[in-house]
Amino acid sequence: MAKKRPIALLAELASNKEDFGGMPLAPGHRMCIGCGIPPIVNEVLLAIDEPVVVSTATGCLEVTTGVYPVTAWNVPWIHVNFQSAAAVIGGVEAAYKVLKKKGLYDKEVKFVAFGGDGGTYDIGFQSLSATVERGHDFLYVCYNNEGYQNTGYQKSSATPIGAYTKTTPVGKEKIGKQEPRKDLTMIMAAHGIPYTAQAAPHIYRDLTKKVKKAMSFKGPKFINVLQPCTLSWRFAPEDTMRLAKLAVETRYWPVYEVIDGKYWKVNVKPKRPKPIEEYIAAQPRWKHVLKYPEIVEKIQKEVDEKWNHLLALEEMSKKLAEKEGVDYEKLFELPKEEN
Amino acid sequence: MATKKVVALTGNQAAAEAMRQINFDVAAVYPISPQTELMGFFAEYVANGEVDTDMVAVEGEHSAMAACIGAAAAGARTITASAGPGIAYMVENLYIASGMRLPIVLLDVNRALSAPLSIHCDHADSMLTRDTSWISLFAENAQEAYHHILMAVKISEKAMFPIIVNYDGYIVSHSIENVELLDDETVQNFVGPSGIHRIPYPLLDIDHPVTYGATAQPDYYTECKYQQHVDFLKVYDIVREVFDEFAEISGKKYDFIEEYQTEDAEYIGISMGSSFGTLKDAVDKLRAQGKKVGAVKITLFRPFPRKEIAKALSKAKGVVVLDRADSFDGIGGPLFKDVAASLSDSENKPLLHNFIYGLGGREVHEEEFMKAFERVERLEKGIDTRENLVEYLQVRE
Ligand SMILES: Cc1ncc(C[n+]2csc(CCOP(=O)(O)OP(=O)(O)O)c2C)c(N)n1
Ligand code: SF4
Ligand SMILES: [Mg+2]
Repeated sequence: MAKKRPIALLAELASNKEDFGGMPLAPGHRMCIGCGIPPIVNEVLLAIDEPVVVSTATGCLEVTTGVYPVTAWNVPWIHVNFQSAAAVIGGVEAAYKVLKKKGLYDKEVKFVAFGGDGGTYDIGFQSLSATVERGHDFLYVCYNNEGYQNTGYQKSSATPIGAYTKTTPVGKEKIGKQEPRKDLTMIMAAHGIPYTAQAAPHIYRDLTKKVKKAMSFKGPKFINVLQPCTLSWRFAPEDTMRLAKLAVETRYWPVYEVIDGKYWKVNVKPKRPKPIEEYIAAQPRWKHVLKYPEIVEKIQKEVDEKWNHLLALEEMSKKLAEKEGVDYEKLFELPKEEN
Repeated sequence: MATKKVVALTGNQAAAEAMRQINFDVAAVYPISPQTELMGFFAEYVANGEVDTDMVAVEGEHSAMAACIGAAAAGARTITASAGPGIAYMVENLYIASGMRLPIVLLDVNRALSAPLSIHCDHADSMLTRDTSWISLFAENAQEAYHHILMAVKISEKAMFPIIVNYDGYIVSHSIENVELLDDETVQNFVGPSGIHRIPYPLLDIDHPVTYGATAQPDYYTECKYQQHVDFLKVYDIVREVFDEFAEISGKKYDFIEEYQTEDAEYIGISMGSSFGTLKDAVDKLRAQGKKVGAVKITLFRPFPRKEIAKALSKAKGVVVLDRADSFDGIGGPLFKDVAASLSDSENKPLLHNFIYGLGGREVHEEEFMKAFERVERLEKGIDTRENLVEYLQVRE
C-alpha cells in the first residue's frame, strides 16, 4: 500500500474504489476532450470517504453523463431539472434524516450537488440560497465555465465583462458582455454557512483538501470551481489546466476559503501576479478586448479591487479571531483523522 | 377491527389529520391560500412531535416539487400541498415526478389562476395537471378528502405514479362538517410501513447505484413515454383494488364515478368536486316537477373513467357537462372534451352541452343547474338552437 500522504494523490484516491477504474464518474461520458468538468467531479467525489448521493443540474455535466440507456455515474445520481440541483439534494437529505430518525435506515451517507454557473448563479440561485438557508447537510459544487455551454454558449451572470457569448456578441455598438461578473462566492459566504470556498482544478490538492474540510462540517457547504471550457473559450484541449493556472496567477480567480462567513483565508498568493492580458490573450472568446485598453483597464481594476478586498477580509479575520481567542490557523486545518 | 369517531372538521383539518395518521416521512411545502391553513395545522403536529415528518419549508412551489422528487427517489414517503398559482409554478416538475415514476402525494386545494388574481375556488389549477400523468382524484367534501388521502398513498405506491387529491378551496377546505375518522392503527396498517424498499430503485440503496433523470435522445424517448403510457392504463385496476381494500376498513365503497338517479334519466348532469351536492339538489327539484334527470360525479379524473362514463350515459338524451374552468378554445372546457371523447364508441350519442360555472369562487345554486338542464332539454328537442358548444352559466352581461 502506498504511503499515506497528508492529502492523497488523485491516483491513490481512485485506487480506493473498485469499479469503473475507481472513478465515481466513469470514462465513456460524452464531455469534450479537454473539458475541465470530469477532473473536478472526480476530485470532489474521491475526496469524500463515505458513500455519496449526487444531484446535478441540467447542463454539460448532466447531458453527457446520463444518456439513456447508459450512465457514467458509479454513484447514486439524480438530475431533475436546470434550476433545482440544490432543492433536490435537500429533499434527498431530508429523506435520509427522517428515515434514520425512524430507525429505517442505518448507513452513513453524504450529499453533493453539482451545478454549472447558469444553474447556480442564475436560474438555480433561489433554490440554492433557500436550501442553504434551511441548513441541509450537503456540499454544493459549482463548476463555473462562465456561460451556458450546453446550449451553445450564452452569457450567464458569471461571464466576465467584454467576453463574447452568443447573447453578448461583439458588434459595432457593444463589445461583448457589458456587465462585470457577479461574485457568487461572496454571496454564498454572506449566508454565514459553515464553509465556502473558491478553487481551481489544477491545484487538486487544494481542491480535495477543501472538499475534506467542507465535509468535516455539518450543514451547507459551497465550493465554486473555475472550469475552463475548451469548446467555448476556444483554447486547445490540452491547455485546460494551463488556463486554470493563468486564472489564479493573474488573480482573476482567487483561491480562498471562508469559515462561518467570517474567517477568510487566501490560499494562493502569487508572488509576481501576471497581468490580466495574459489570461485574456489565451482565450479567443475574450481576446478582442485587448484592442480596447479602457475595457482591459476596467477588468484589471476589478481584479485588483477584489484581490485587495480579499486580503483586507483576511487581515480582518485574523484580528477577529485574536479578539475572540480563536486560533486562526487551526480553523483552516483538517480535523485530526484526516491529516 | 377499526374503530371510528365522528368529529367536526374543516377540509383542511381533515387533510391534516390524514397526514398525521399516515406519518409521511417528508412534507416539502410552501404556503398559498387556501392551502396555507392545512400546512399550519400540520406544522403544529410536527412541532409537537406527533409525527416524525421532516417538514421542509421551501422557498417556492417549484422547489417544493423538486424536493419531493428528491425525497421520493431517495425512498421516503412524501407529500406536498398547494393551490392555483402554486400548482402552475410546479408544473415543470410534475412531469418529471411522473416521468421518474415516483410515488408522491399532492393535495390540490383547488384555486383559480390569475389574472385577475383570485384566491377562490375553481378547477383551472387542476386542469394544468391533467396531462402530467399524475393520477388525480376529486373529493366532494371533507370526508372524501380524508378518505382519498389515505387511499392515495397506497394507489400511488402500487402504481408507481404520483397522485393528486383535489378538494375545493374554501368551499371544502374551510367549511366545517362531520368527518368520520378511522383510528391511527387501522390507517397505519392500511398504508403499511415506510422504508426505502417500498420502491424498486431507491437512491439511498447506496450499494446499488442508480441513475435518475437521464437524457433520452430520439432513439429512446418514445419508448420511455410508451412505457409510461402502458403503465398509466394499468392504474384503473390498481385504483379499483385499493378502493375495494379501503371499503373493508372504512365501510365506504368508492367508485370511479358516482351516479345519482341515472337509471331512467333522459338528461344527466356531470360535475366534479363540491358542486355535486348542488347538482343532486337540482336533480331532486326537477324530479319533483316530473323531469327524468340524473347526475354523475367524477371521482377518478385521471386516468379518465371513459368506460364508466359511456355506460352511465348510454341511455341519456342530453348531457349537461359542468366545467369549473374554461379552455378558451371554442370547443369546450376540459371535462366536456373528456366526456365527448368517452362516447366515441357509444351507439347512443346524446346531445352534449358545456356550461362554465363557479369560476374564481362564484357561488353555485341549484336554480342555475336547473336552468342548464332546461337549456339542454330545449336544445335536444330542437326548441333552442346553439351557436357555441360552450356557454357561461352564471354571468352578468
Ligand atoms: C427551465 C429551463 N430553462 C432553460 C433550459 C435550457 N438550458 C439547459 S442547460 C442550459 C445552460 C446551462 O448552463 P450552465 O448551468 O452554466 O451549465 P453548462 O452547460 O455550462 O455546463 C440552458 C439554458 C432548461 N433546460 N430549462
Ligand atoms: S462545451 Fe465546454 S463545458 Fe461543455 S463539455 Fe465541452 S468543454 Fe466541457
Ligand atoms: Mg456554464
